[in-house]
Amino acid sequence: MAASAKVRVPATAKKGEVIEIKTQVQHEMESGQRKDAAGKAIPRQIINKFVCKYNGAEVFASDWHPAISANPYLSFFITATESGKIEFFWTDDKGEVTKAEAEIKVS
Amino acid sequence: MKRAVLTATLIGAAAWLAACTDEQPASGHPTDPKMAKYVVGKLRTGYTYAEPETRAIQDDDFNNPSFFWVDRGKEIWSKAEGTAGKSCASCHGEAEKSMKGVGATYPKYFAPKGKLVNLEQRINICRTEQMKAPEWKYESTELLAMTGYVKMQSRDLPVNVAIDGPAAPFFEKGKAFYYERRGLNDLACKHCHVDNEGNYIRAELLSQGQSNGFPTYRLKWQKFGSLHRRMAGCNEEIRAEPFPMGSDEYVNLELYVAWRGNGLPVETPSVRK
Repeated sequence: MAASAKVRVPATAKKGEVIEIKTQVQHEMESGQRKDAAGKAIPRQIINKFVCKYNGAEVFASDWHPAISANPYLSFFITATESGKIEFFWTDDKGEVTKAEAEIKVS
Repeated sequence: MKRAVLTATLIGAAAWLAACTDEQPASGHPTDPKMAKYVVGKLRTGYTYAEPETRAIQDDDFNNPSFFWVDRGKEIWSKAEGTAGKSCASCHGEAEKSMKGVGATYPKYFAPKGKLVNLEQRINICRTEQMKAPEWKYESTELLAMTGYVKMQSRDLPVNVAIDGPAAPFFEKGKAFYYERRGLNDLACKHCHVDNEGNYIRAELLSQGQSNGFPTYRLKWQKFGSLHRRMAGCNEEIRAEPFPMGSDEYVNLELYVAWRGNGLPVETPSVRK
């Protein structure tokens, strides 16, 4: 199943306002600890890096490890400084990047 | 004025009575006003047994991971497949209108096959007969997505399955299954979900076993899953050999279980532990 992501960013904010951003990405997050029916270890395949960019500048990033559930949900806070684009990148062990973006108007 | 005093006295008396009993309703008990929607008479949905954190995931559609599947179903709805060149939308138009209330009435007697079919099977019949497309495998992403999407159109509408007429013999079979002991543990469905509903089995709180929230995002599965997968899980837990998903036994049982919850609101896509 192709990965898909959803993000919730307020459409408008006042300059300097702290805004909550919610994200959820569809991913199996195979931990690498499990074995298949034949007893062979299933290779680890998780999202290991999440980055949020605000008009190109990195404003939030986190390294992820096993034991994070499938379809991970993450919310965090940033300060609204200017109108523009907020982008989100989830990178997994295979190097595949799932992207999402949202627009915000700051007055 | 007099009335206000009386009311205040009554509230005071009620509070005093509540303080006298040492059985305070736990958080999540059906007396919680937030639960009102999920309690109909003596019926309670699985939501009322869930932990507050689990309920919070279901309460907000954004947090609810089921929507990855439901949204996929929405995409597939208007995608033409098969040699007839049709999509679901070719015949049924907008799902929001045409599918409203449909999911709440399944499983249903389907005359051409002479037996009960559930929503998953009905979707596959449409695929093979109308679209001339291959069947989706039971529990496949696509079938779960479409079932979830169709059933969600009945969200908050009461479950309303028919058990009379041609469905009656199948209902009786489902009921017999429900009360029949099976497996090494020698348990029937009713031992947990009727006799011990609300009690703990080790660390597990037993629910009424209502089906109104299926397909559901189960945290244990880490994905969206069907009622038949849950039934197979139940059978394994009592150390009985599960029936195949989509088998007649489970479809008949599905009717009985749905009938037990007739009147409860459809909760699909729900979130359970």
